[in-house]
Amino acid sequence: MAKRTVKVSEITEKLSQLCASASCELDDDLIGALEEGLRTEESPTGKQILEQILENAKISRETKLPSCQDTGFAVVFLEIGQDVCLEGGDLMDAVNEGVRRGYEQAYLRKSIVDDPAIDRKNTRDNTPAVVHTEIVKGDRVKITLAAKGGGSENMSAVAMLKPADGIEGIRRFVVERIKEAGGNPCPPVVVGVGVGGTFEKCAFLAKKALLRPLGSHNPDERYAKLEKELLSEINATGVGPQGLGGRVTALAVLIETFPCHIASLPAAVNVNCHASRHKEAII
Amino acid sequence: MKRVSAPLTNSSVEDLRAGDEVLISGIIYTARDAAHKRLVELLSKGEELPFDIEGQIIYYAGPTPTRPGEVIGSAGPTTSYRMDPYAPLLIEHGLKGMIGKGQRTEPVLSSMRKFKAVYFAAVGGAGALIARAVKSSSIVAYEDLGPEAIRKLEVADFPVIVAQDCHGGDLFVEGVKKYSRSVL
Repeated sequence: MAKRTVKVSEITEKLSQLCASASCELDDDLIGALEEGLRTEESPTGKQILEQILENAKISRETKLPSCQDTGFAVVFLEIGQDVCLEGGDLMDAVNEGVRRGYEQAYLRKSIVDDPAIDRKNTRDNTPAVVHTEIVKGDRVKITLAAKGGGSENMSAVAMLKPADGIEGIRRFVVERIKEAGGNPCPPVVVGVGVGGTFEKCAFLAKKALLRPLGSHNPDERYAKLEKELLSEINATGVGPQGLGGRVTALAVLIETFPCHIASLPAAVNVNCHASRHKEAII
Repeated sequence: MKRVSAPLTNSSVEDLRAGDEVLISGIIYTARDAAHKRLVELLSKGEELPFDIEGQIIYYAGPTPTRPGEVIGSAGPTTSYRMDPYAPLLIEHGLKGMIGKGQRTEPVLSSMRKFKAVYFAAVGGAGALIARAVKSSSIVAYEDLGPEAIRKLEVADFPVIVAQDCHGGDLFVEGVKKYSRSVL
């Protein structure tokens, strides 16, 4: 197959646009889920909070002021077709330049510190990005940006369960995590769940699950059923909007799976706040 | 809906009960993780704080950069528990109110009961909406911290909910109890 050339500067350009739009234009599936939540919510305080969240999304879309001040860590998923030849410079430099421009031009917050445990000095341009690169079939490059807030990321966890723990073990782990997180991750949340793989693969699956449209189901109907059951159980905890009590604690539970070792049953929960921001572009 | 003016007094704090919906107007200060670390270091050394903390409300927030011609960027609350290691000492020195999101831990709650202070929840992720309540903003300390600098804000009708009060009232506990149910 003939190779197709893609300039890394095109990736920079697209990514800078994605950064700006992710923070101000919440997706329709998310808005729909929040509106549905407002219909379901019984707590007056919870209803008022959901109304404020919807009003906020509208203001943000109209004024291009970010919906949340935490405009996140730029998590970039690159799917690069194996017939693509990247030209014009270092790919990672191009990605970071896209983030740098996007966050600067759209007046987004720079929330990254250089050294995690000692210096903690702000890098002032929101770089580096966290980049997940995958080589896939074809001659296209797909760029997905997830702007991940710190508050909800902090409530995430991985559990190396025993095979004997089974579905019940996964269920307990996920529901307990969301219950314990309470108001911290800005409920109503979107819950990404990874099941299987290794320690790091499982966490990655949970993160990737968050990219799925709300209302989509796992293709395996047994996991689709578990998604539905977990959502009901999480919404029965009473945590509610902002943790102040109510029926709407999560908008969706999205599960992704991968084969695993005979000794293992890893499970991961990646929590996203109600501002589940992700945008994609294809070159 | 109650109206409260900031800074607060002991009696205005005592009037507030968990679950009250409140509009705050007046002067408040922003501070989050890195600024709290510095404030507590100053107090431990017996030095003066960059602003008089008596009666004040601290808003746990780090706004987005201000666009030309505007007062402030997106300005919603950050998660409060990260400030729990620092809050009791600030309350002991006169801090009367905190605005953030998520529940506080017992050492903060007991300081709130002992010294009369209140914790308000603002809606996390409503930064564009909350920005409309901010009428003026200026950096008073730690500009080098970027989004974590301490800002003095003048706010009008800032919408919050009393989450945990000085009488032991706790909406996180009471609210969740009220709406939790068995699924089986």
